[in-house]
Amino acid sequence: MTRILAAALLASVAAQIAAAGGQRTVPYERIRDAAREPANWLTYSGSYRGSRHSALTEINRDTVGRLAPVWVYQTREPGAIESTPLVVDGVIYLTEHPHIITALDAKTGRPVWQYRRPPAKGVVGCCGPVNRGAAVLDDTLYASTYDGRLLALDLRTGSLRWDVEVVDPATGHSLTAAPLAVKDKVVVGVSGGEFGIRGHLDAYDAKTGTRAWRLWTIPGPGEPGHDTWTGDSWKTGGAATWLTGSFDPDLNLLYWGTGNPAPDYNGDDRAGDNLYSNSLLAIDVDRGVIRWHFQYTPHDLHDWDSNQVPILIDAPIDGRPRKLVVQANRNGFYYVLDRETGGFVRGAQFAKQTWAEGLDPKGRPIRRPGTAPTERGTVVYPGLAGATNWFSPSYSPVTGLVYLQAREDYAQTFYKATTPYEAGKHFEGGNTREIPGIEHRGVVKALDAMSGTVRWQFDLFAPAYSGVLSTAGNLVFGGTREGTVFALDALNGAPLWRFMTGAPISADPVSFEVEGRQHIALSAGQALFVFALQPLPRADGRGGP
Amino acid sequence: MTILLIAAALLSQAAPIAPPGVSQAERTMGSRLFARNCAVCHGSSGEGGRGPALAVPRLSRPTDFESLGTIVRRGIEGTEMPSTRLSEEEVRAVAGWVLSLGEKPIEQSAGEPRRGEGLYRGKGGCAACHVVRGQGGSLGPDLTDVGRRRGAAHLEQSLLDPDVEVFKGTSIYRNAVSITENFLVVHAVTRDGRRVSGARVNEDTFSIQLRDAGGALHSFFKAELRELRKDWGRSPMPSYRSVLTPGELQDLVAYLLSLRG
Repeated sequence: MTRILAAALLASVAAQIAAAGGQRTVPYERIRDAAREPANWLTYSGSYRGSRHSALTEINRDTVGRLAPVWVYQTREPGAIESTPLVVDGVIYLTEHPHIITALDAKTGRPVWQYRRPPAKGVVGCCGPVNRGAAVLDDTLYASTYDGRLLALDLRTGSLRWDVEVVDPATGHSLTAAPLAVKDKVVVGVSGGEFGIRGHLDAYDAKTGTRAWRLWTIPGPGEPGHDTWTGDSWKTGGAATWLTGSFDPDLNLLYWGTGNPAPDYNGDDRAGDNLYSNSLLAIDVDRGVIRWHFQYTPHDLHDWDSNQVPILIDAPIDGRPRKLVVQANRNGFYYVLDRETGGFVRGAQFAKQTWAEGLDPKGRPIRRPGTAPTERGTVVYPGLAGATNWFSPSYSPVTGLVYLQAREDYAQTFYKATTPYEAGKHFEGGNTREIPGIEHRGVVKALDAMSGTVRWQFDLFAPAYSGVLSTAGNLVFGGTREGTVFALDALNGAPLWRFMTGAPISADPVSFEVEGRQHIALSAGQALFVFALQPLPRADGRGGP
Repeated sequence: MTILLIAAALLSQAAPIAPPGVSQAERTMGSRLFARNCAVCHGSSGEGGRGPALAVPRLSRPTDFESLGTIVRRGIEGTEMPSTRLSEEEVRAVAGWVLSLGEKPIEQSAGEPRRGEGLYRGKGGCAACHVVRGQGGSLGPDLTDVGRRRGAAHLEQSLLDPDVEVFKGTSIYRNAVSITENFLVVHAVTRDGRRVSGARVNEDTFSIQLRDAGGALHSFFKAELRELRKDWGRSPMPSYRSVLTPGELQDLVAYLLSLRG
């Protein structure tokens, strides 16, 4: 029996290698079972569960003091890297710029191939030409471009297989998110919430690039939820899908967050809840239809997108095993939902906010009066960048804690104005200003995953734009605005290790193995830094290699 | 050809920028946006403050209406002037309003710059802590182009009450402005009891660098410190209220305004 199984396994591996011309491929099953191969990083958040957690333990609380850079890869063109690298069988795939994708030998940092196209022109994205990462499926790498195209590249060579238009940049659309490869499809979200787009989520046939479905995140006439908009406001209502969602293979559901309604700060012409802005959508991945939705901030007026990566957790509540989805939201609240039904389970405030008294029994915020933006300005906590933002959170099944980078004591003055819609132009209906004298800071927070209670926190100097990675070595890795990569004790937040890279960090960390050694990778500025443990000094005192 | 280009550049800098046709609606919008976004630094009438005076016949940086719009939109790298998220129409309205401020220039200082320079080097003792064109001490900010960065009233206030110049927090933290221009006074006590005070040169989550009154640089990882105290809102500079006469103060301000890099 064992021999038969082994033979079948060998045949399967051989078929995968043959298909890729000597390199193993990444069928859907490998991504689905990513937790079984922590040596690789096969999808944006490390697994479909969105947990950005590594089961590797070689780097742990006892050994992390020996962590040191093993190589650095520097891009040749200016622009910060915000991307999560993928790691497949010893090769790192990095979308170093939206128009440059590089495959690097994970052992040495030497490029294996590079795909380039001319930089995008005429794109009016809110926040600059960035890219957050790629997806891999079978023998193909998928990445989106800033000017709205989805690319499929040969995993071995970087050769372009197909290139399709997802959105038109002339209308304020852009693409910045890492796609998510699921089964035979590539799912990609769109950016443009500051330009009055009508948001949608797309899925493309992985082999051909043919669009399999498009899910509008704002319902059209006659569809449920359309009556949460007034007049024609639904046509320019935002609800972009600009980060990467999660997926439950058993329920066959995607979990994808949506962004702010447009115009951001002026809701006069869009009275109502504005579904499905600032929501979590559970989507049948085969058909692209919404199974359920949960709206975190109905009729948002503060640009509190809800695109933060949803984390899927299976845990008992009141003694009953539950399938849950959790999210620390930009609006300052942490939410635990039932991911089969979308039902609200629990919520808790995790950073200073002044706009809501709390959440009602269904999870709907109880708004405080006088918090809407006005012509004269309204001071609200948190400011527009939110209590957290796009950088990834992490969940450790070892500690049961959710880790995230938060902004604490963060207020801004919100101003309302009238902005007429014009295709491809800013459509924000106001703006915000910092408040001199109100100190705010970055804080790494560890929340009890089931209650949202803050278990520990570690203060940073300036608010950071780096995600966090937890590991089974009971470490939490992250980065600072000033450029330090750090490791904290996952149990109590104590700083255990640091390395100054010399440039602001606006990316998410990953972990993987090369030749049996655990590595940590995180981009800072225009470079990818890769770390591993230095060998222990030899008994004869002659040091390492 | 080069000479022609230089001459053209000089001409364009010397001549005031002609404002394009601006409608009443644009003026209203520009005035409102200026009050909300710009006045906090440039003064409600463009008289200057933390930012330079804009109610002047010739602006020092933009060469035409377009470049003024670019400054409004993108800010000025390496200075405290931030970018904005205003629409094209709003940028145009603000730029138009800024130009209109120059139609009624506000007198910047009645003082005599040359006398002020003497006070700077002599009675005021300013050069002990400040650099102008590479000469002077390093405890305080470089003043080589302070006249392009600050208005008269703000400079005068800073001399009388230096604390107004100090940021009240790091919420002004931006990539464009180094924290080294913050000049926060900090007091550190090391784990072995050594005490060091000085102006903060830089800081991050794990470390802090400061310069003491003697100009020496000190660097600590925070884990090495027993105590770290910050004098938020307090400047290391003494007040000149009882040092200079009102006339001398005017002269010194006039000298500082003449420092334009």
